[in-house]
Amino acid sequence: MAGNDLPGALEGTRVVELAGEASAFAGQMLAGMGAEVIVVEPPGGHHTRSFEPFLDNEPGLERSLWWWHYNVSKLSVTLDMDDDADRERFCSLVGTADVVLESERPGRLADMGIDHDVLRADHPELIWVSLTPFGHSGPRSQEESIDLTVLAAGGPVWNCGYDDHAIPPQRGGGNQGYQTGSIFAVLSAQTALLARDRTGHGQFVDVSLHAAANVTTEFGSVQWLVAGAEVQRQTGRHAAVEPTTFTRALSVDGIDVNTGFPPRSARDFGVVLSWMEVLGLKDQFEEAFFLEMGAALEEDLHLSQVGQDAEATAIFGAGREAVRFIAQNVTAYEFFIGAQERGLAVGIIYSPEEVLADPHFQERGFPVEVEHEDLGRSFTYLGAPYIAPKSPYRIRHRAPHVGEHNHILEALS
Amino acid sequence: MKSEALSHIRICDFTGQLAGAGATRWMAAFGAEVIRIEDPVRLGKWDVLRGTSPFVDERRGHEFGGCFNNHNVEKLGVTLNLRTERGKELLTEIIAVSDAVTENFAAGVLERLGFGYDRLKKIKPDILYVSNCGFGHVGPYRKYKTWGPIVQACCGLTFTSGLPDMPSAGWGYSYMDHHGGNFMAMAIMAGLIHRNRTGEGQWIDMSCTDAGATMLGPVALDYTVNGRPLRRDGMPYSNRSQFPAMAPHGIYEADGHDAWLALAARDDRDWQAIAGLMDIDDRRYDDLPGRLAHEDELDDAVRAWTSARDRFKAAAELQASGVPAAGVAKPVDRIDNDPNTEAWGLWPTVTHGEMGRVRVDGIPAHFSETDWVLGQGGPLLGQHNRQVLGGLLGLSDGELADLAAEGVI
Repeated sequence: MAGNDLPGALEGTRVVELAGEASAFAGQMLAGMGAEVIVVEPPGGHHTRSFEPFLDNEPGLERSLWWWHYNVSKLSVTLDMDDDADRERFCSLVGTADVVLESERPGRLADMGIDHDVLRADHPELIWVSLTPFGHSGPRSQEESIDLTVLAAGGPVWNCGYDDHAIPPQRGGGNQGYQTGSIFAVLSAQTALLARDRTGHGQFVDVSLHAAANVTTEFGSVQWLVAGAEVQRQTGRHAAVEPTTFTRALSVDGIDVNTGFPPRSARDFGVVLSWMEVLGLKDQFEEAFFLEMGAALEEDLHLSQVGQDAEATAIFGAGREAVRFIAQNVTAYEFFIGAQERGLAVGIIYSPEEVLADPHFQERGFPVEVEHEDLGRSFTYLGAPYIAPKSPYRIRHRAPHVGEHNHILEALS
Repeated sequence: MKSEALSHIRICDFTGQLAGAGATRWMAAFGAEVIRIEDPVRLGKWDVLRGTSPFVDERRGHEFGGCFNNHNVEKLGVTLNLRTERGKELLTEIIAVSDAVTENFAAGVLERLGFGYDRLKKIKPDILYVSNCGFGHVGPYRKYKTWGPIVQACCGLTFTSGLPDMPSAGWGYSYMDHHGGNFMAMAIMAGLIHRNRTGEGQWIDMSCTDAGATMLGPVALDYTVNGRPLRRDGMPYSNRSQFPAMAPHGIYEADGHDAWLALAARDDRDWQAIAGLMDIDDRRYDDLPGRLAHEDELDDAVRAWTSARDRFKAAAELQASGVPAAGVAKPVDRIDNDPNTEAWGLWPTVTHGEMGRVRVDGIPAHFSETDWVLGQGGPLLGQHNRQVLGGLLGLSDGELADLAAEGVI
């Protein structure tokens, strides 16, 4: 799909985004869908331009890779929100917008007289998406909050970590608390746009980072809601009410793999056995006998047999050990491809840079070259979450310099 | 009562699990008519969650899966045996009056059922078709099988969570099943917006591993621009803050069994407040470079204060000083004892035909005019055959009885 320069689904939709750490990803995704996203910064540039990492490790207003990543495809205008005339310009700009996206502390914009309550009077079709730590109305709405505390208070952290509970539970990397909220902010904007198609009216949408984290922990919540049971964290696998067995193996090249769900069918045991033979590993695997029994099964093993029926337990255990044994004797990539080509669902635990180098992601056009004409260079960026041939999701251009598109403001007056 | 946000949209839905069902869950919560097509012969078990734990009581079977109920609230359930010609005809009639067809089968399954995109287009030229699988329908791994943890491993997210010199901690749940569903909802709505503006349908090929890889953040550019890989000594260290740099920033032991406190200093002001509260007097920590240079010692000093304190009381003290802090919430803390989730209405109770009244995940956004509604539980197998096949397609009760007798529904 590379080179598809058709308009995106949101072409012609104008989004005014007040620059913010939590909402930056939401604006980036809306821009990916083709919206004209105008990010409003203070005259000296938004403070996220001071976030690491930096181009060649040297700080600078236009050198933050954090800014580059989260603001790609956007336009930048500068406004001093403490200045009366600039606040007027902001209101004029909002008057041209379909969607406002902001992550200001609840009450701040109301105090300035520029919140949705005020502006909707002249712009009933305006959609206003506010992404804040706890929403606008709850008792915790004024708490101090960052990605770490969103994920700690919202549930994800309790589920992640190691079997050894003397080790603190873990926060996954990559600003996932902010990003999870941003994803819901995008869904909200799209839903409100579709609703407006029918009603002609905009509305205010109050998105909570804390609520977003709370409803994205799968069993962590559902076990409690349905059965009153508390899950416990485990190394590299689902937090669970009852402990589960390993899914991790270390391959010969030092890269971890996820060994997936152990074989249960005669077909899968046969596959594992023949793969071991191809690799010359069968003679070294002491439980090969049980794999042969597995390959002769007339019915799939049922999990309820494991731990109850001695033979079924031995066969099931041998299958799991066999997959791990193979993983420990080949490279991670050989294991991943070898298993998947044989119909066994396993995974390779890639680091981010390894994802970009993988042939599958490359063939799908996922890594994207973005021109930085200002530097005379181009760089590889993360691409699109899906391939939409008629309305492509894609990067339009590099992130904007501070106030690079202030001409938009001049056109207002 | 239904939300009116998406009440003008009808979806012919084959999704299952969470990575697919989560997408149409959002749309159903906002009033879209989501018609779940299920197989009467296999009792709808192409979605294995129909019959798996957790359970509300001792009852078991395809009407008692707790996750199925959670992920399929407000949807309609229709049974169609697609091995029969009549079943295929009825599906064709449903597709002809739908805006979108959605599925998250392994690549190629819907095509083999006789309803690939070419066929869908013939039935309804402007149909939107959104497929969602682990590696998408294009590329060398298109036939590979995945579920949440495999997706998370292959897209780089598992690796980003954990401590140096330790295996990846990863995500203790199917994070990418949630976001696979959410990105699929995004793709569906983008496709509908495009269709509304241009009259044009399309096939959107959604890949959970692509979607997951969009979430890796600035760390990817640190590699592609600066050549600095995340697989390196001392990394990842995900409880610490990488971008932007902060110290202290971590999850610290608190008083009690498996009790933890998250806190951070965003800047020197936060640090002064922390140091005052914890009575830490060490000039090396006055600025960020100093705190980063001695981060292990700094963490020890913070831990000496946190470990003797209740995590929620300590968080409240830090918050009172303007410092971001939170106790690590266990399920009971955030679901039953958090005034904010209660005020939000985050755990609504739905009514399920067999399980009765069950609490489910709510929606983390409130709309001022067309807010979500979650009241009806996941559908029983064939629960809405009469409503959909009768009400929408116009079959009589006699015809429905014949279809049931013939094993079509």
